[in-house]
Amino acid sequence: MHKLLAGESARRMFLLGNEAIARGAVEAGLAVGATYPGTPSSEISSTLFEMSHESDLYFEYSVNEKVALEVAAAAACSGLRSMAIMKHVGLNVAADPLLTLAYIGVRGGMVVVTADDPLMFSSQNEQDNRYYGKLAGIPVLEPSSVEEAKEMVRYAFELSEKVHEPVLFRTTTRINHSTGVVTLGDRQPVKTSGDFTKDPFNWVPIPAVARNLHVKLLKNWVDAKHLSEMSPYNFTEGGGWWGIICNGVSYNYVRDGIKDLGLEESVKVLRIGFSNPLPENMIKKFLAGCEKVLVVEEGEPYMEEAVKAFAQEEGLTIPIKGKGPEVLSRLYEFDPAMVRKVIANYFGVPYTPPVLPDLSDIPEIPQRPPNLCAGCSHRATYYIVKQAAEGMQTIYPTDIGCYTLGILPPLAMADYLLCMGSSLGAGCGFSKATDKKVISFIGDSTFFHSGIPGLVNAIFNNHNLTLVILDNGITAMTGHQPNPGVDMSKLNLSGYGRVSIEQVVRGLGVPSVTMIEPFKIRKSIEAVREALEFKGVSVVISTQICTLYAKALKLDTKRVFKIGDKCKGHRNCIDQLGCPAFFTKDGKIQIDPGLCTGCAVCAQICPENAIIPAKD
Amino acid sequence: MNTTRLIIVAVGGQGNLLASGVLGEAALLSNIPVRMSEIHGMAQRGGVVESAMLFGDGESTVISDGEADVLVGFEPSETLRALKKCNKNTVVVTNLAPLPPFTVAIGKGVYPDLVRLQELIRAKTSRLIAVDAMELAKQAGSSLAVNMVLLGATMQTGKIPVSPENVKEAIRTKVKPAFVEINLKAFELGFAAART
Repeated sequence: MHKLLAGESARRMFLLGNEAIARGAVEAGLAVGATYPGTPSSEISSTLFEMSHESDLYFEYSVNEKVALEVAAAAACSGLRSMAIMKHVGLNVAADPLLTLAYIGVRGGMVVVTADDPLMFSSQNEQDNRYYGKLAGIPVLEPSSVEEAKEMVRYAFELSEKVHEPVLFRTTTRINHSTGVVTLGDRQPVKTSGDFTKDPFNWVPIPAVARNLHVKLLKNWVDAKHLSEMSPYNFTEGGGWWGIICNGVSYNYVRDGIKDLGLEESVKVLRIGFSNPLPENMIKKFLAGCEKVLVVEEGEPYMEEAVKAFAQEEGLTIPIKGKGPEVLSRLYEFDPAMVRKVIANYFGVPYTPPVLPDLSDIPEIPQRPPNLCAGCSHRATYYIVKQAAEGMQTIYPTDIGCYTLGILPPLAMADYLLCMGSSLGAGCGFSKATDKKVISFIGDSTFFHSGIPGLVNAIFNNHNLTLVILDNGITAMTGHQPNPGVDMSKLNLSGYGRVSIEQVVRGLGVPSVTMIEPFKIRKSIEAVREALEFKGVSVVISTQICTLYAKALKLDTKRVFKIGDKCKGHRNCIDQLGCPAFFTKDGKIQIDPGLCTGCAVCAQICPENAIIPAKD
Repeated sequence: MNTTRLIIVAVGGQGNLLASGVLGEAALLSNIPVRMSEIHGMAQRGGVVESAMLFGDGESTVISDGEADVLVGFEPSETLRALKKCNKNTVVVTNLAPLPPFTVAIGKGVYPDLVRLQELIRAKTSRLIAVDAMELAKQAGSSLAVNMVLLGATMQTGKIPVSPENVKEAIRTKVKPAFVEINLKAFELGFAAART
């Protein structure tokens, strides 16, 4: 049994934040969950998906975040507790249904998890999704620790049912990927069968209906504000004439900083865990008891601006600062020493910074950027396209996935990227704006997620571009989650359909469709060259299973290769492929047998045929 | 109680997260408050994995530059790269078996000299424990047990407020049954090697 299902109430477990959130949802009686995977949220979904095989929970990997949110919304409309899980940029995709769902409201509790990523450990931006709560007019909850996250998820479902609105549960990477000791609670019984009552003048927001629904939303917002004022997740602690208002992980740094600086008697803290609507009266009362206030929040000055407005209403002229050159940054994530220093400087108390080691005599250490794996089929496809496009002036719009790592030399096959699916839309634009050959790259999961509309657009508007679909049979980047193209029987899961990318592409009427097996280098280069010469929309589908996924499925039985005596040191293998299995020792090129997967791509490009199977 | 701050840096695939998970379970068994955060977004793609573990009082799960009490590096150049986390009182444990990044192979960097690397770490911290964890892991029965060798060496520093017995108990519960004996042996070899 799954460890989170087997764990009995009151048991203490050392859990990842994402596991704690999943457990909290199960304790709350979650009935329907839906997601599109995205770091740092992915383990919430994989944990719930695993548990769904052994419990009453229905959990699905939806085609994208918009659909996931709509699935969860319908379940909540039918009176079930539901959850939609995504990373912060995923909520941009799901923003359309979210903002009208706020008008329509919910019956069963619905929680939308947004995992924000300050410092962008694995994201293309560090947007602050608390503003979505404000934009939609729905409650926002933000935990400060792993332990609190589990409790707060349970509360989020109750809150949602009280105000009849979805609740935005906002984490940051340092909650999702922190681990802490969590005490398990009771599991509420799950209501698994929903009921839907026809009520189109509440559920169908035609203008006449929507005008009434907006009035209802504002009423719900007043209820939510009342609950925020009384919420145990908004609290004051400590005493003194200085004040700090903080949220999320910043609260931990503030607490540690106050203790380290010995300011327990001089600084009081207002921790905001229920951050939309903000507890206006509570904040005003806090400000009235302060001579000087610091707002500590990662990201944007979301609370700071509201706090300043509250002070204005109260006629308070005390200094209030948060973001600014002498205080805190809107950039990146905070750390304990940074917050300690800002507290000391702002309130003018003595502070001894940590003595950092003098690193001036440390030699330059070679970088270790993440790289496409040894035996990754994307490397082979990039090599093939590069060879086929030789002599052409090209633009390579790319997309979101492992293959974005093709940006690095020696491949250098990524020129432009916005978001999921942008390789196609941007590709259409480049084909009109320039006279260069546009070759867009997209993975299988991203193609389903948001690539298809861009391809339809390219066909309709007759753009001149080649789309290369890198089909490795799984959503690899986030840890091998299913997508509509995946053969679920390989995972011993039944009851799933399967969508063929080739049939989709042909069904759309793409005039030139080319299938390649990327480990057959010469044949593929010829085929791709023809596709590139086609005027109009051409699609190349490069099919080869993800090498890590193949390993997980125990499908990797290929022979390992080695460098034979014929090597004359041309270095094409290293200089054109950059496979991490290669290294040089005493000036000689070698292959690490522990990393080589036997894809044989290097063997096919060696001018001396010096790369040969290693004999066992 | 005081706070002990431990940073573990490794290359994806070296088993850093299992090692930190074992240490966390051991702290739970010892009734020592423990918190951890990890950065592993691209670990499986050959990037760097970093775990920050905090034992004792406090709330943060992040360790600022200059504030680690113990730094454990599973790969020598990564130990050196993480030196900014240390101060003159920090105890450093490092593996001496290099895993050069592919940037070295494509000529975009030179791997640091191992003798000089150890001199530099010694000069800037209070103590360096350097072991060839790969060699000891092979002795224990698997090159994959590098993480347990280094966990053993880390316990020998005496800085982690958890008993070696509880770490061994956590190995028995966290590691797949077939690998428990090899992992325990690796732990013992690391523990012994760090004593000398």
